[in-house]
Amino acid sequence: MSGRLSLALAAGATVATLLFCTAPAAAQPVTPPAHYANVQLADPAKEASAKALMETLRCLVCQGQSIADSDADMAADMRALVRERIARGETPASVRDWLVSRYGDYVTYDPPLSGLTWPLWLAPIALLAIGAWIARSSFRRRTR
Amino acid sequence: MIAEAGLAALWLAGALAALQLAMAVIGIARGRDDVAAAVRPVAIVQGVLAALAMALLINLFLNSDMSVKLVVENSHSAKPWLYKFAGAWGNHEGSMLLWVTILGLAGGAVAIFERSLPERTLVATLGAQATIALGFYAFLLFSSNPFARLTPAAPDGLGLNPLLQDPGLAFHPPTLYTGYVGLSVAFSFAVGALVTRDVGPGFAKAMRPWVLIAWIFLTLGITAGSYWAYYELGWGGWWFWDPVENASLMPWLAATALLHSVTVLATRDGLRAWTIMLAVVAFSMSMIGTFLVRSGILTSVHAFAVDPERGAFILALLAIYIGGALALFAARIGTVRAGTTFDPVSREGGLVANNLLLSVILGIVLIGTLYPIVAASFGVQLSVGPPFFNKAAGPIALALVAVMAVGPLLRWRRDEARAVVGRVALPIAATVVAAVALLFVWPGVLPWAGLSLAAGLAVASVAPLWKRNLRRTPMFTYGMVLAHLGIAVSLAGMASDSAFTRETLVAVRAGEAARVGPYSVTLDGISPVIGENWSALEAQLTATRGDDSTRLHPQLRFFANPPTSTNESAILTALDGQLYTVLGQPDGQGRWQLRLWWKPFVTLIWFGGVLIALGGALSLVGRLRRERRSAVRAAWA
Repeated sequence: MSGRLSLALAAGATVATLLFCTAPAAAQPVTPPAHYANVQLADPAKEASAKALMETLRCLVCQGQSIADSDADMAADMRALVRERIARGETPASVRDWLVSRYGDYVTYDPPLSGLTWPLWLAPIALLAIGAWIARSSFRRRTR
Repeated sequence: MIAEAGLAALWLAGALAALQLAMAVIGIARGRDDVAAAVRPVAIVQGVLAALAMALLINLFLNSDMSVKLVVENSHSAKPWLYKFAGAWGNHEGSMLLWVTILGLAGGAVAIFERSLPERTLVATLGAQATIALGFYAFLLFSSNPFARLTPAAPDGLGLNPLLQDPGLAFHPPTLYTGYVGLSVAFSFAVGALVTRDVGPGFAKAMRPWVLIAWIFLTLGITAGSYWAYYELGWGGWWFWDPVENASLMPWLAATALLHSVTVLATRDGLRAWTIMLAVVAFSMSMIGTFLVRSGILTSVHAFAVDPERGAFILALLAIYIGGALALFAARIGTVRAGTTFDPVSREGGLVANNLLLSVILGIVLIGTLYPIVAASFGVQLSVGPPFFNKAAGPIALALVAVMAVGPLLRWRRDEARAVVGRVALPIAATVVAAVALLFVWPGVLPWAGLSLAAGLAVASVAPLWKRNLRRTPMFTYGMVLAHLGIAVSLAGMASDSAFTRETLVAVRAGEAARVGPYSVTLDGISPVIGENWSALEAQLTATRGDDSTRLHPQLRFFANPPTSTNESAILTALDGQLYTVLGQPDGQGRWQLRLWWKPFVTLIWFGGVLIALGGALSLVGRLRRERRSAVRAAWA
């Protein structure tokens, strides 16, 4: 029982600390996230295209999440960056290109067609063709 | 002593698996029926011993025995009992032990219940089952011993990843593993039938219940896992095309194809080679899934430990089993007579299209999942995610939905195209009406096609019941109707969520309100809360819609062991959707970040999943009852 009691005390202490920290002005040692990290753009059309782009960008420090659904600080910074650039009137494609030139292909979940990725994009068509060819053999030729 | 007893039970179970394999080989190769007769009891005892080892491990976790390394590394004495219990498999070693336990119990169940197969084929099946089990016992005993002691014992444990401290942990892994293991049983049946050259309707009928069981559990496991990720991760997403999710989706796709082709083999004696091939593929996918998740090649909440030696071990098992099965397939497939043939326009034709499209989707998911891993081994870093899978697999999945609507309305062997058009007129009309109506709220191409086809499929799925005596319609027909309807329901939920979700991200002070969809959400205040092994800051929200208002309490939770914080979302479920609320960080000036989503009809996704599984269950019960009845009739004749 003493283990549980000490845990409850520790938890109480944590909450107390948190409340003090967050009371009037949270003394957070880290810089607060940029404005647009968690704030939407006023223009719904621009926000929609920013959001669509964010869902295709990889959070570089997470475990397989897009920056649109990550709690990581870096994802927050990248969200702010995407929203700022879209707000300035840049197209989603040019924002993506800029991020790819900075972080490499790893940052986009939508791999661009290139010498390295053509087998990936060709695969669906090739699979369909092979499958249709195999399936054909199980049909009987129609006799009348 | 309990840990030692568990280890002893595990060694004994492994030894019995070796014995089971040896006796099956002697029984079949030498024709020694007396030896073969002992295979069944050995399989049963092996299953019991594996279950005993698992029970002892659970006992160690429940008692927080801190002299056992695994308990120290993954548990804590102050954890709620449910997570001590489920925590037994919330780690690498324990989850592998759960795997072999379910495998052993499934083998035992085959030994006890399977009476329709020729004895030789059954013995070969149990031999194949023992071969699979043997590899996993070796893996556990030589590189993942769950019962290793720690000297000196630790004062307390390190705790369990808080993301896993959820009732979902008690349900999700055992369900998925039962699905994986069920496919291993189907695989063993296929190997058994190849060994004794007995591929035909009898074998298909014996295999079908196992495929159905595996498929039902995979469906439930994926549905539950998706809902768990949805409410736990705190961003409102329910499917991420994450490699670990794909690892569970691929066996499901293969099992779905197998389920349909085994029906052709059982009823019409067609698609023999193809059914065997799918059984091999389905089990390969569960092995690949296990490899991806267990080897540490992926990092995620599922990959508990990164250890190259273990990865190599599983990869070797994978190569042996799949390679061996493919070699056997290649050697024996020449002796499998071609089954009966049929017209392209026929029920079989529809099922071939189903198999083809499911296999193509499976191929796309497999290639998309492995591509970054292969590229990384060449030093190229790239990511394949939702945009690729949606673009590549989405249209094919929609084509599959169309086939699913038409297929059950076709006759076996051959049908007239003109007559078919008459039968599908109503579903087509429903699709067109939905498509035109949706033009006014244009939801985007894929959601538009998805919603329209879902409307058509919903109508078409109940069409097989038209003009039939509903009381004399077999139960498995109801099962099919329900499962297909479930797909329509789930598809409608997915399309509606992706098209009509409303998002509001705001920072508000106490007393301020924000709007999302039909709701106005007011932050009343923030207060501290203490749970059994966590503390939290909890927001008091009032969600108002018209005259109704509801209180919601999303939390920002802090765990001490290990030190982590998580978002606990608060969700309000209405008939027409869900309000999803998350408490974020304070901004330091008295405002709190709130993330709010209104997700119309999102619950249909998981409701559909449950309908699909229920359809599978009806089918299973219907088939088993009919088989028992015909067995009784045969006994009387």
